[in-house]
Amino acid sequence: MSVVNYTRTLQKVILNIGPRCYHRWVTTASVALRIRDSKQNFRCRLWCGLLTPVHYQYSTEGNTSKVPSVATWEPVLENQLPPAKQVPADLVDKLERLALVDFPNQEGLVCLKKAIRFADQLHVVDTEGVDPMDSVLENRALYLREDAVAEGDCADRLLQLSKDTVEEYFVAPPGNIPLPGREEC
Amino acid sequence: MAASSAGIGTLLCKNINKQIEIFYPTNRRYTWCVIRRICTSISRFRCQGQIKRKSAPKELVGVVGLEVHAQIQSITKLFSGSQVRFQAPPNSLVSFFDASLPGTLPVLNRRCVEAAVMTGLALDCVINRKSLFDRKHYFYADLPAGYQITQQRRPIAVDGTLTYSHLGGTRRNTLITKSVRIKQIQLEQDSGKSLHDDRRGQTLIDLNRAGVGLMELVMEPDMSCGEEAAAAVRELQLILQALGTCQGHMDEGQLRVDANVSVHRPGDPWGVRTEVKNINSGRNLARAIDYEIQRQVGVLKNGGTVQNETRSFDRKSGHTLPMRDKEGLQDYRFMPEPNLPPLIVYDRPSTAPPCVHPSQVVVLEEVRAGLPELPRARRTRLVESYDILPEHSFTLVNEDGLTDYFEAVVKETKAGPRKVIGWVNQVLLGLLHHHSLSVSQSPVTPQMLAQLLNLQENGQISSSVAKQVFQELWRAPGKTAQQIIQEQDLGIVSNTTEIHRICQKVVDSHPDQVQAIRGGNKKVLNKLMGLVQKETKGRADPVLVRSILEEKTS
Repeated sequence: MSVVNYTRTLQKVILNIGPRCYHRWVTTASVALRIRDSKQNFRCRLWCGLLTPVHYQYSTEGNTSKVPSVATWEPVLENQLPPAKQVPADLVDKLERLALVDFPNQEGLVCLKKAIRFADQLHVVDTEGVDPMDSVLENRALYLREDAVAEGDCADRLLQLSKDTVEEYFVAPPGNIPLPGREEC
Repeated sequence: MAASSAGIGTLLCKNINKQIEIFYPTNRRYTWCVIRRICTSISRFRCQGQIKRKSAPKELVGVVGLEVHAQIQSITKLFSGSQVRFQAPPNSLVSFFDASLPGTLPVLNRRCVEAAVMTGLALDCVINRKSLFDRKHYFYADLPAGYQITQQRRPIAVDGTLTYSHLGGTRRNTLITKSVRIKQIQLEQDSGKSLHDDRRGQTLIDLNRAGVGLMELVMEPDMSCGEEAAAAVRELQLILQALGTCQGHMDEGQLRVDANVSVHRPGDPWGVRTEVKNINSGRNLARAIDYEIQRQVGVLKNGGTVQNETRSFDRKSGHTLPMRDKEGLQDYRFMPEPNLPPLIVYDRPSTAPPCVHPSQVVVLEEVRAGLPELPRARRTRLVESYDILPEHSFTLVNEDGLTDYFEAVVKETKAGPRKVIGWVNQVLLGLLHHHSLSVSQSPVTPQMLAQLLNLQENGQISSSVAKQVFQELWRAPGKTAQQIIQEQDLGIVSNTTEIHRICQKVVDSHPDQVQAIRGGNKKVLNKLMGLVQKETKGRADPVLVRSILEEKTS
């Protein structure tokens, strides 16, 4: 049997045992290493590993886990989504200018439309009365630093990063260079 | 205006109706016809009046809203530990976060939060207990990250009022007090400085200023002319300087003001607004706003439309010019800042969570208790303790250091505060403005002025002589007032016989004036007094001279 088949059988076995206890997963790499020993030794060690499951602190017996045993997600049907929005040419120009992303051809536009359609799936979720979360840190305290000088004075190191410098100043083109218009492409 | 005139029209109609009813109470039908005729004639007049008013349009008035960026006076920047200093070698005060190198994160400065809260409390704002940070994206070379961390959704303070006064009226000596609403105060980062080198077609970027904490104060468009805007900014400067949160020097860029100007007729919706930038002093602000209002009125009167654009003020010509590099309406793509949790400000020390260190907590009660004396409290204190007019205290507080000067003089002299105010506000301030000096550079110290006033109080010199001596002190500050009086023999002439003689001489040489006085014209007496004073070189006591002249000419 090949290495891949070994890992596949292993996964089937563990899934069938169920999520009551957490096992140390045997990765493909460690399987490959063990194959260098004799196959019999390997099988023996593997089964020993399986039979001595490692209980971590959150594995409890007698308590149902929130992870469902069968997948519960359903594909979102096309008719559940809001009507597809058209992407006019000047909107594409504006997006290119704001985000400096290039949509050079029809494929890029098709990709954009597909991405918008994919994101439209979020509209199916009912968010009535739920505050939006903008960061996973929202329940943490914001750290306030004391007003004392701790950094700075590294002009030479910063200027080394720039290709073009003039007397300790960074050099930039005069103002924003406008993107070429649609006709010039 | 339209509403009130309509109201007057209806009132007129009603009054005439009432009168008619009183006159012809018996014949009701006749009354009704008469009323109808008169009503129609009045309403026709009203319509005609309105038509007339429409053809001569209502005055276009300006609407001005200000956006003020005040640089927070702190040792380090808002989100990094590099120093804040005005002039330093280029790019020497830049940390890795300010240069937006990958892997750097913002760490908020406690002093900036306290400064914003103090300013909010001083301007009677509602402090948001929980405020959030956002990213405002736009591309420009002096913004290395491509975005600026600001507070757009929930700023730290909202809904405040700035009460300001300015000297107005026909003789510019009446204090007019107005107020402007403050929409919000938010913390944000400053961008770097760019020096345009047009000859070589490049821009040189200095990031020393990038990341410095700014307080953006957005005001509602409640003002209507440049003078009001300049007065509001001056009051804001005084408040920020008193709090110590910002030094407020517009020429050094610590206080940047952008004006949003539009014109409309009262009652109509607001017109298209333009933004005026590059203003570096209060006087230039007034000039820029007035020019822009006039320009927009001119454009509308010629039938054109005002463009929504950004204009730059050129202080040499006093004109506003369209700024280059502006690409229509910007879409900033605001996004919540993912690296910063919400900023929480607590009411009392007891409401702060117990496990958090006190240095990590900003408490409103403590900040409120630490607020110093604000300018308007200072003005009322001066008016109450020295019994001077509000206009005087306004001038005192408006000029840097003048209040201390005034209080020092009052302490050392016997003269009353009202007399001292006259000297300080008119004589001293006039000379300072003439020579463009500040109060601290005045050659006449408070002690010297106090001595001079004491001499005047004692009766050793007259008031006109005192003014002369003041001018001398200004020119040659090494000498004391006493020395000058002795040298130039400016002591008061109290020898009555001498004064009698001089008065007699003047009366004899001007018989027609004496006749006029005897005829009843008392004002000519002043002319005779002037002549006597000229004879005595201003040393005579004016009260004595007046009494003698009156006696002689009666």
